[in-house]
Amino acid sequence: MTKREKQRFREGLIKGALFLCAFLSVFTTIGIIGVLLFETIEFFKEVSIVEFMTDTQWTPLFVDKHFGIMPLVAGTALVSFIAMCVAVPLGLLSAIYLSECANKKFRATVKPMLEILAGVPTVVYGYFALLFVTPVLQKIFPDLSGFNALSAGIVMGIMILPMVSSMSEDAMYAVPRALKDGAYALGATRFQVSMTVVVPAALSGIMSSFVLAASRAIGETMIVAIAAGQQPNLTLNPFVPVETITAYIVQVSLGDTPTGTIEYKTIFAAGMTLFLFTLALNMVSTWLRERFREEYT
Amino acid sequence: MKRLELNKLIDRGFTVLAFVSTIAGLAFLAILIIDVVSDGGGRLSWQFLSNFPSRMAEKAGILSALVGTVWIMGLTALFAVPLGIGAGIYLEEYGKKNPLTRLIEINIANLAGVPSIIYGLLGLGVFVRLMSLERSLLTGALTLSLLVLPIIIIATRESLRAIPYSIKEASFALGATQWQTISRQTLPAAMPGILTGVILALSRAIGETAPLITIGALTYIAFLPHSVFDPFTVLPIQIFNWVSRPQEAFATNAAAGIIVLLILTLMLNSIAIYLRHKYQKRIKW
Repeated sequence: MTKREKQRFREGLIKGALFLCAFLSVFTTIGIIGVLLFETIEFFKEVSIVEFMTDTQWTPLFVDKHFGIMPLVAGTALVSFIAMCVAVPLGLLSAIYLSECANKKFRATVKPMLEILAGVPTVVYGYFALLFVTPVLQKIFPDLSGFNALSAGIVMGIMILPMVSSMSEDAMYAVPRALKDGAYALGATRFQVSMTVVVPAALSGIMSSFVLAASRAIGETMIVAIAAGQQPNLTLNPFVPVETITAYIVQVSLGDTPTGTIEYKTIFAAGMTLFLFTLALNMVSTWLRERFREEYT
Repeated sequence: MKRLELNKLIDRGFTVLAFVSTIAGLAFLAILIIDVVSDGGGRLSWQFLSNFPSRMAEKAGILSALVGTVWIMGLTALFAVPLGIGAGIYLEEYGKKNPLTRLIEINIANLAGVPSIIYGLLGLGVFVRLMSLERSLLTGALTLSLLVLPIIIIATRESLRAIPYSIKEASFALGATQWQTISRQTLPAAMPGILTGVILALSRAIGETAPLITIGALTYIAFLPHSVFDPFTVLPIQIFNWVSRPQEAFATNAAAGIIVLLILTLMLNSIAIYLRHKYQKRIKW
């Protein structure tokens, strides 16, 4: 083999190895879908899909077993909704402040500090929700239960806040300078420019950040497992304990559930539900972002 | 009041409101840190770091959790870093514009959005059951590696993309092969950015609790692991275990554990932010 042939062979080998690294991600996806699908099908051999979708009770760990996913979905939706009520206004306003009002130095200092907020481990937020936010809220609402959706939701809102503000800010920053200058030249105030020019122009990017934040919220586990309780109540009352899909998976994983039992299979069925919800939201978010990209380039 | 004055007033009010919203997140972070330090600061001691967990809160420590965390971090880095950088190089430098690459790209973007607990279910189904690795360090590290891979891949690609094409052209003009160009020119130049991504990925992995609970990591471990096949616990799980108990003394332990965890996480994050900052400043192509 000549030197050149040797070299070509080596190049091909390296390329192949690198390709395998990249292709591993496809196996990961296949693995996720495969595992979820396999156990979910096993689950539906024992429980009818109609019961899963329509029963209003979720009690797989009790003697009188009911397999209605609705209470878990309702709990997940409730906590995520509260989180969005916190993250959307705060995130949007701080994005406007950072992109339109703040000077460069303030922006350069505050943005990385907000990123730290996103880097705090979620078990820490759970501790804070249970042992700080709940007692404080109980002084305002005396009938608030020790485990509740409200404090978990508020803290989760703070957790996803950096995601909303940083992605929205990027979208607003990309709005062409000329559009804003035009509005300022017509005598508009900063508030008017923000509300009538910047936000509408960046709307699909902003919406994309909201949807992605919602997807993060419904997949978040430790805050709700610690602070929201572990009682699958079908309720929209934020003052009582609820259980989310993720908290249920944790609850079962902590116990000694033998593989192959129906209790074991429920966590995969619940996981499949969660996976489908987040996948749908992520796809909507990507679609919104791609649409935005087309507008100004 | 004139229209103009009203507009100015609204504008002033709006700016203040927006400023307060921006500060709100930081204020929350400050309260959180003050609360945790005041709850658990007094509990921190050498004994707390060097004791095993115990039924008695005053004697309990985080030794096994801390050692488990170090093991998991090391192994995760060992798996995820070469795989992530390799995948990033392939996608950015080799496989451009072919449909398979496009598929892999979409796939990685989707994986980045999958909730961490789903990775736990994957680990449970594949590593624990199919490969019979049980609830070992290896299972935990493999699961977390898959979880953080997208972060490393995306960081690698972005850093590689920032290297000007002229650098590569110069290298090719001298007769270097593609791999020689990558390994001696592009990759070293992109290294600070990649390193930042790696550190951020590890700081994510250090705080992950849900996937490790799902694969069945134990919450009470009173020995140190000797090999990658031993059972383990990590700091966030130990904290979770203590938070879940009703006694106040254990909550204090949890707070002290959180201080240690926060110091580790914030340290990694600051290194990453510092690196990024330094790198952005120094190199101007």
